[in-house]
Amino acid sequence: MGKILMKGNEAIGEAAIRAGCLNYFAYPITPQSEVAEYLAKRMPEVGGVFLQGESEVAVGYMLFGAAGAGERVFTTSSSPGISLMSEAISYIAAAQLPVVFVNIMRGGPGLGGILPSQGDYFQATKGGGHGDYRLLVLAPASVQETAEMVMMAFPLAEKYRNPVMILGDGLIGQMMEPVEFPDHLRTAPSDKSSWATSGMATRGSGRRNLVKSLFLDPDALNNQNLLLKSKYDRMRCEEVRYEAYNLDGDYQVLIVSYGTMSRVCRTAVDNLKAQGMEVGLLRPQTLFPFPLEAVRTAAGRPSCKSVISIEMSMGQMVEDVERAVCGIRPVHWYGKCGGDVPTPEEVMEAVRDLMADGR
Amino acid sequence: MQSEVKFAGFGGQGILLSAKILAHAALDEGHEVVWIPSYGPEMRGGTAYCTVVIGDRPIGSPIIKNPMHLIAMNRPSLEKFAPTVRPGGIILINANLIPIGSGRDDVTDLVVPVNDLAATAGNLRAANLVALAAFVARSGIVAFETLRHCVAEEFAGKPGALAVNLVALEKGREAAEG
Repeated sequence: MGKILMKGNEAIGEAAIRAGCLNYFAYPITPQSEVAEYLAKRMPEVGGVFLQGESEVAVGYMLFGAAGAGERVFTTSSSPGISLMSEAISYIAAAQLPVVFVNIMRGGPGLGGILPSQGDYFQATKGGGHGDYRLLVLAPASVQETAEMVMMAFPLAEKYRNPVMILGDGLIGQMMEPVEFPDHLRTAPSDKSSWATSGMATRGSGRRNLVKSLFLDPDALNNQNLLLKSKYDRMRCEEVRYEAYNLDGDYQVLIVSYGTMSRVCRTAVDNLKAQGMEVGLLRPQTLFPFPLEAVRTAAGRPSCKSVISIEMSMGQMVEDVERAVCGIRPVHWYGKCGGDVPTPEEVMEAVRDLMADGR
Repeated sequence: MQSEVKFAGFGGQGILLSAKILAHAALDEGHEVVWIPSYGPEMRGGTAYCTVVIGDRPIGSPIIKNPMHLIAMNRPSLEKFAPTVRPGGIILINANLIPIGSGRDDVTDLVVPVNDLAATAGNLRAANLVALAAFVARSGIVAFETLRHCVAEEFAGKPGALAVNLVALEKGREAAEG
């Protein structure tokens, strides 16, 4: 199969099928409703199920149930819809179930707008639901990468028995780019017989599996949280992903940016280079775990005078950048979040201002 | 090198489709390509626009403030976007709905009565392809044969529409070359 032109939202649907996920529960919301449109047509062709819930709250618990029964299952939504699912996300993480969530972010807070935003960084990486849980958060910057991350998300969710979130923005969902899928379907799921409530007769182990999140005994709950923490610590060791751009030169400013925004920054870096200014760009591909070491190392390069987090939010990822840089360089922020994606020119101006001020 | 084409008009003029066909043609010729629609509140008001970015290396910013070329299917689109086109670009003007020019001397106005030509071809709805064909013929942004091939693929399941659209392509090309 060669490259075909696809909207990001359609590629998400196709990628899930290629990953062997035949259960999709969702409720429509701009700017990602094309996923449901695509899968309403595609799922029956491959023997799968698309079920539209009566609300995002309901969808969250449909996912909980199907995942608990050992099925590969996923959903897509956009910011306000993810807020509604957040209670279920906490329960799913607590019950250690593999579910893939896709958030094609739009502007907030509240109903906000329907244009691209990155305002859900905190929600995705620091919780959104209650309690001590983490999502593994992947942040694609192109349609091809979105498809690859969706296909990667299912095995990752099963490896950790933890929800995985793909955090894109409206532009990633709406734009078309060439995308190439592997020819073979990846249908082999992991062995879930030790935990899934798939029916004792089908397992033949004679042992009951129990999916739950209630631990009234304080020691038991503490142990449960320690177990969850050990998984998150393992993610921090094994799953960090990022892309370096122009990081082997003597850059004066280091940009940290992800998703659509990072592409705009890449163009700004190219344009500034043509004008004789060296700027480095580090693009986190995992937001949790955040590439702390990589950002710290890049910031520590002797030529680097300052670091700037550029994001379509009022300054969320910048807190992780500060945590990474640990005060060895000043850390700044630039962003916008009404839905107008900053242009390369605006990014260049923000970077030039830093250089001019010697900050 | 990177080139950008902005398609603009009102809803129903086939803006998104003609842009997609150009993107498809560029992909077939081995270029990098991004198709970016407007999906914001303005489209609820009836205007539609879409940008196709074609390059020979991975495309960075999908946000294009100053496109190289513009295909304006109605007057508000021309008035809004003509000033943003980069010097040396082509502005296709749908003469049937736009009685004015771009007012610029550093771009090429390609004035084509696309609605009339589409009607001659057999269906007014083919106006988007008349415009695309005229633009491709004048700009050479992709080979005309590639365009024809992509239109044939796009309408493979609709022989009636395909026949009309192939005539529409020729009408557009003649207008650009005439």
